[in-house]
Amino acid sequence: MTTTRSEVTYTPTFTDGDEFRLPTFKLLQQDGTLYDGAEAPDLDRDKALRIYRAMLFTRVLDERMMAAQRQGRLSFYMQCTGEEAAVIGSTAALDDADMIMAQYREQGALAYRGFTTDEFMNQLFGNEQDYGKGRQMPIHYGSAKLHYMTISSPLATQIPQAVGYAYGQKLAGEKHCTITYFGEGAASEGDFHAALNMATVHKVPVIFFCRNNGYAISTPTIEQFAADGVAPRAFGYKMQVIRVDGNDVLAVHEATRIARRMVVENNSPVLIEAMTYRLAAHSSSDDPSGYRSRKEEEAWREKDPILRMRHWLQDREWWSEDDEKALQESLRREVLETMKRAEKRQPPALETLVSDVYDVITPALAEQLEQLKAHIRKYPEAYPKSAGRGKGGA
Amino acid sequence: MTTTTSAGTRKLTIARAMAEATAQEMRNDPRVFVMGEDIGPLGGVFGNTRGLYDEFGPERVRDTPISETAFIGAAVGAASDGMRPIVELMFVDFFGVCMDAIYNLMAKNTYFSGGKVKVPMVLMTSTGGGYSDAGQHSQCLYGTFAHLPGMKVVAPSNAYDAKGLMTAAIHDDNPVVFMYHKSLQGMGWLGTEKGATVPVPEESYTLEIGKAAVVREGHDVTLVSLAAGVHHCLRAAQALEDEGFSAEVVDLRSLVPLDRETLRASVAKTGRLIVVDEDYHSFGVSGEIIASVVEHDHACLKAAPRRVAYPDIPIPFAPTMEQWALPNADKIVDAFHQMMLS
Ligand SMILES: Cc1ncc(C[n+]2csc(CCOP(=O)(O)OP(=O)(O)O)c2C)c(N)n1
Ligand SMILES: [Mg+2]
Repeated sequence: MTTTRSEVTYTPTFTDGDEFRLPTFKLLQQDGTLYDGAEAPDLDRDKALRIYRAMLFTRVLDERMMAAQRQGRLSFYMQCTGEEAAVIGSTAALDDADMIMAQYREQGALAYRGFTTDEFMNQLFGNEQDYGKGRQMPIHYGSAKLHYMTISSPLATQIPQAVGYAYGQKLAGEKHCTITYFGEGAASEGDFHAALNMATVHKVPVIFFCRNNGYAISTPTIEQFAADGVAPRAFGYKMQVIRVDGNDVLAVHEATRIARRMVVENNSPVLIEAMTYRLAAHSSSDDPSGYRSRKEEEAWREKDPILRMRHWLQDREWWSEDDEKALQESLRREVLETMKRAEKRQPPALETLVSDVYDVITPALAEQLEQLKAHIRKYPEAYPKSAGRGKGGA
Repeated sequence: MTTTTSAGTRKLTIARAMAEATAQEMRNDPRVFVMGEDIGPLGGVFGNTRGLYDEFGPERVRDTPISETAFIGAAVGAASDGMRPIVELMFVDFFGVCMDAIYNLMAKNTYFSGGKVKVPMVLMTSTGGGYSDAGQHSQCLYGTFAHLPGMKVVAPSNAYDAKGLMTAAIHDDNPVVFMYHKSLQGMGWLGTEKGATVPVPEESYTLEIGKAAVVREGHDVTLVSLAAGVHHCLRAAQALEDEGFSAEVVDLRSLVPLDRETLRASVAKTGRLIVVDEDYHSFGVSGEIIASVVEHDHACLKAAPRRVAYPDIPIPFAPTMEQWALPNADKIVDAFHQMMLS
């Protein structure tokens, strides 16, 4: 039986919903002071510094690894640059045991949870210590220990999975939720729409976190959707929604903190749209100069989320220029040294090619492995023994 | 295969050959238009729509929202409406999100409408690895697409064939899946195969879909492959020649329809068959090729046929691991030696 709560009208009226404009939640101005009327959020010094360190680490890691990619030491890389507040501010508002189902540009979330520099490097170089055994491409991290699902390349496929993971948490009676991150481009996939609908129907403890960073590779948002961003779609599914300044770490944290409460206490899923900007290229294979202007990039550089948070920390005297200098230097050193160690480690063993395809190695795979071994014995010089350099992805 | 026209001395990459064929058809036929992700101002992440946006504008060269279901489904609709859309699935690996539009609509609408609805569209999609992009960006899936009835499947190994097949695909009243291998595209970061960049005439021409080519003649063994595999075979044939053996290389060019005549004629001559396939070993092209020869005439073979194919595993990222697993010229030569020993 079809029912609606709508009233009856005797005049044909159409609407595109534009009369309802979603505001953008902001707290922090670029100079580090709060907006007039904005209330300082409940964020203590330790947590604020943990967030800041993760943001700076992510920035340093990204700069260093993109440089390594340019030097041919690494096959592929993607930066989170410009979106550190959106990613880390939100993760920091969760419990560390809440599940994260990310898209790929969310390395900051892992950094916040304590993924070590060594763990990052082992994945990037796909060496024998990589948890994924060298199988997934760079930045497709995963950590069972830190509740971060291994990244999968096809876009938006993590979103329905997040709904299922969260449903499992609900059935198990856990007081935990799942957050899923995705870009505004990925939100065009059918998976996004289907997942949101199911989440409200099934009352699932999931937070949908959209990083609206202006671009999907070369495609600007104006080619992606006609609506005012991604957030208004929540209404169609009767989902709680908030739009937040993604470069404002306090606003992101506060919005996600409240969202988590709604999600965990009421099983009421929430959509958060964080308005931000992808300051770097899409990936190491991309050159944005063909599709956007330097001027536009510069304007967003002025809104750097890390600088904004630093100003706020310094205002409160939780952080100083000396602290900044010391941390930057130590992070740079650590990243460089760890990278040098990781790139020298051995690649995974030949036998790992065929394990984990099934729980036991099938006869066909065993035979294929034997043939391969026999071949490599005959042509040892044709196959490099150390973790060589790949050429790059998309 | 090369032409003698003066324009024929101009070498093109497969990417540019595809773009040129598309542009020529768009000039001739207002029904032709292109849709996909980043195919507009960027010219496609693999360069095969470069220049089209500037010449034909945003209505005919459409960047789409990221929904393959939407734009491939829409292309099926537009094709049923008499248009001739060309759509790009950026990586064949992403077919999972839009397969219904491809194999239940694009491939079946003509059959189920009793032939009343034609779906003259081209689905171009990138295939192949070798550049460390792992198992969701490096698959070939030739067998997957060729297995499903209702769509033609082509996979060129060089720019001359690419242009002729692209033009033929646009003219074709059937849906055509145009699978271009990334290592043949002439994009530096993909590990470019030089042999794919060949002279291409400027004027428009077609290559018949469903015709293989003998790209090197020989009499001791037939090496059969497609796309990048053809270049592995050519290198192996060269190495075998240095050892005193003569290998014939057959470039399939089309999987559907499959040119079984050329295949059988070659094996009848050489008596030995090695199939080289960068797609998975089992249930794929290599098995089909061998069956096509053997079920026709098993007596023509002097030795059991062999395949050099990708193992039945997801493609790993680590460069060493990927190189272990990929077919290459050494593996083909090795397979030939084993064949001669047994
Ligand atoms: C199903 C699918 N289609 C296309 C792609 C290719 N692709 C990778 S990233 C990307 C852009 C995604 O943009 P967005 O979701 O906005 O995320 P951002 O890169 O901006 O963080 C595209 C089209 C893919 N990985 N999966
Ligand atoms: Mg984006």
